[in-house]
Amino acid sequence: MSRFTVEVLVTPRPGLLDPQGKAIHHALASLGYETIEDVRVGKAIYLEVAAGSPAEATERVEEACRKLLANPVTEDFRVTAAAAGTKTAGAGTDSPTAAAAGGLR
Amino acid sequence: MRVAVITFPGSNCDQDCFRSVEVAGGSPSYVWHRETSLGDADAVIVPGGFAHGDYLRPGAIARFSPIMDAVIAFGREGGLVVGICNGFQVLCEAGMLPGALLRNRSLRFQSHDCHLRVERTGTPFTADYRRGQILRMPLSHADGNYYADPETLAGLEADRRVVFRYSNARGEVTGEANPNGSLNNIAGIVNVRGNILGMMPHPDRAFEAALGSVDGLPLFRSLVGVDVAVGAGSTREVA
Repeated sequence: MSRFTVEVLVTPRPGLLDPQGKAIHHALASLGYETIEDVRVGKAIYLEVAAGSPAEATERVEEACRKLLANPVTEDFRVTAAAAGTKTAGAGTDSPTAAAAGGLR
Repeated sequence: MRVAVITFPGSNCDQDCFRSVEVAGGSPSYVWHRETSLGDADAVIVPGGFAHGDYLRPGAIARFSPIMDAVIAFGREGGLVVGICNGFQVLCEAGMLPGALLRNRSLRFQSHDCHLRVERTGTPFTADYRRGQILRMPLSHADGNYYADPETLAGLEADRRVVFRYSNARGEVTGEANPNGSLNNIAGIVNVRGNILGMMPHPDRAFEAALGSVDGLPLFRSLVGVDVAVGAGSTREVA
């Protein structure tokens, strides 16, 4: 058994109205980001999973997504597993964005 | 008519529902979400509030509370189930009603009176209304924007399973009267069999004059007036 960090990205299904994304898009446009043509907002969920392989961890979490973590009526999900301790996409806490935000506080 | 009112951690309309049933002449009782049996209840109300803090999605965690297996089985057997506000969200998450309730189009928590047009009277919940009657009652939610895929929506309309629609005071179903972006101004629906109702507005906050409206009371009167010995299908068909 190894430990894996599993990233779940839950996103509104294509075509579904996303009022939050719309509001952010509007705010970005008013800041001058005219080239940003669309914004969709979802959520990222990070799980620490004990499993024999990344495939096994992924399979287990996909089942949890179908049951609880995503609503199949309105949301899609994507699951990515990496060995715990290694960086999964977006899981790092030392990203330039985080550092910059920390500097502002 | 014995009516079980489910209480989740975070429910805040359970007492309103309890009192509504009492005023309508029924016998309410509270059932804590960790229970696994509904006892001898003839009907179930899943009340409003913020069950389990609305974390993840409203209703998503409540749907797995221990009592929900009993509620789902009860509904499957034709038992009368009403979900109001957060309760509607719970029933959708549990798959007892189709569709989902998304964030309000305004992105705001909407809390104000609304008008509803009664679209369907031949249900155990609306027998005491007239078709086309215009009701006024409060709504209070951040996620009441009813969504279903086009096929499901067409089915709801074709089967006349839309029970309440947001309208203006004259009963006109307009975009301005839609408080949250719900498709087709849908405020309340029933399942195929007609024994499960979900609605976002609060009849449980409109059951006596002191509350500013009594338009919610006929819903509870209809419910407690159902002859459960004969079954849900026996209600007076007025439509």
